[in-house]
Amino acid sequence: MADEITLEVARYRPELESEPVMQSYQVPLREHWAVLDGLSYIKDHLDGTLSFRWSCRMGVCGSCGMTVNGEPQLSCATFLTDYAPGPVRVEPLRNFPVIRDLVIDIDDFMTKLPKVKPWLVREVHSPVEEGEYLQTPEELDEYKQFSMCINCMLCYSACPVYSLEPEFIGPAAIALAQRYNLDSRDEGAEERREILSSPEGIWACTFVGECSAACPKGVDPAGAIQRYKLTAATQSIKDLLMPRSRR
Amino acid sequence: MSTYQRPLALFWWLERRSYLLFVLRELSCVFVAWFVVYLLLLVNAISDGATSYEDFLDWSGQWWVVAINVIAMLFILLHAITWFGLAPRAMVIRLRGRRLPPTQVVAAHYLAWLVLSAIVAWLVLR
Repeated sequence: MADEITLEVARYRPELESEPVMQSYQVPLREHWAVLDGLSYIKDHLDGTLSFRWSCRMGVCGSCGMTVNGEPQLSCATFLTDYAPGPVRVEPLRNFPVIRDLVIDIDDFMTKLPKVKPWLVREVHSPVEEGEYLQTPEELDEYKQFSMCINCMLCYSACPVYSLEPEFIGPAAIALAQRYNLDSRDEGAEERREILSSPEGIWACTFVGECSAACPKGVDPAGAIQRYKLTAATQSIKDLLMPRSRR
Repeated sequence: MSTYQRPLALFWWLERRSYLLFVLRELSCVFVAWFVVYLLLLVNAISDGATSYEDFLDWSGQWWVVAINVIAMLFILLHAITWFGLAPRAMVIRLRGRRLPPTQVVAAHYLAWLVLSAIVAWLVLR
């Protein structure tokens, strides 16, 4: 195995460039090094001006999403040896404005996420003294998969609908809405319905399926969206037939 | 803050098989609409009497109408197959507390397709 690998990293310094340029760096090729370790090596030893986001280094925080050889990946969970002999092309996540080098502007996602109320909505909260809201293992299984989302936005980067229609609420936000809709303790489905059933919600999705393929945590946002389409359609028919039953 | 927005390449939909399939499936709605129009023309011709129906058959037999219909059918097949493929992701069906396996949901769709096609064939050919 060669002892070095080339990282071709997208640089965008707004004070210097009007569009990103690629810069090559030679980094050690170590068996347990992820792309993120390569970038940290550059930052520490070769070029301190390189900017990128990271935090936990263990696939939990969702900060280090990047485009590695054209694919949206968590750079902490993408190993250099898998790309040997290289070069490895590292670019910012697609479909987002680039602030600097590999750092993207996540404001759009941060604005959209709270709109689906991704938290437990209760009409009346039980007093703390009454203890937890209990749940069976089967009830947990209903939503557990969707609760694995770490807001890394790889799904947005993979979604062609999001790139064509930036108003689209997007895969992760809808999957997280379903995470709470399917939770037996939650009572907020009706409150989430308006935003989810809007043209910018589920109906913008045409089931490309790349969001689910890109997800590093095995969440299936495409499935969540299709499932909610069926729920929304059934609900609309119910409303039409029984207009008084709506809460 | 000045940010850089990567422009969308003209042929972005050729970058991945799934993107190409997505664009073709979007395109398939044109052919679904065409079949609706074709069916309405057929019904209209039938209601206008035997001569009109014969004229419609002659018109339909022209090579370019046949060509359009063959292409339309291929797109309809793509539309139907991809639609059936996503069904188990949309439908979570529980029987006696256990989730029905995705293959069975897909199989039920194809079975329904077969049964409906058989009924239509019986109506047309009897």
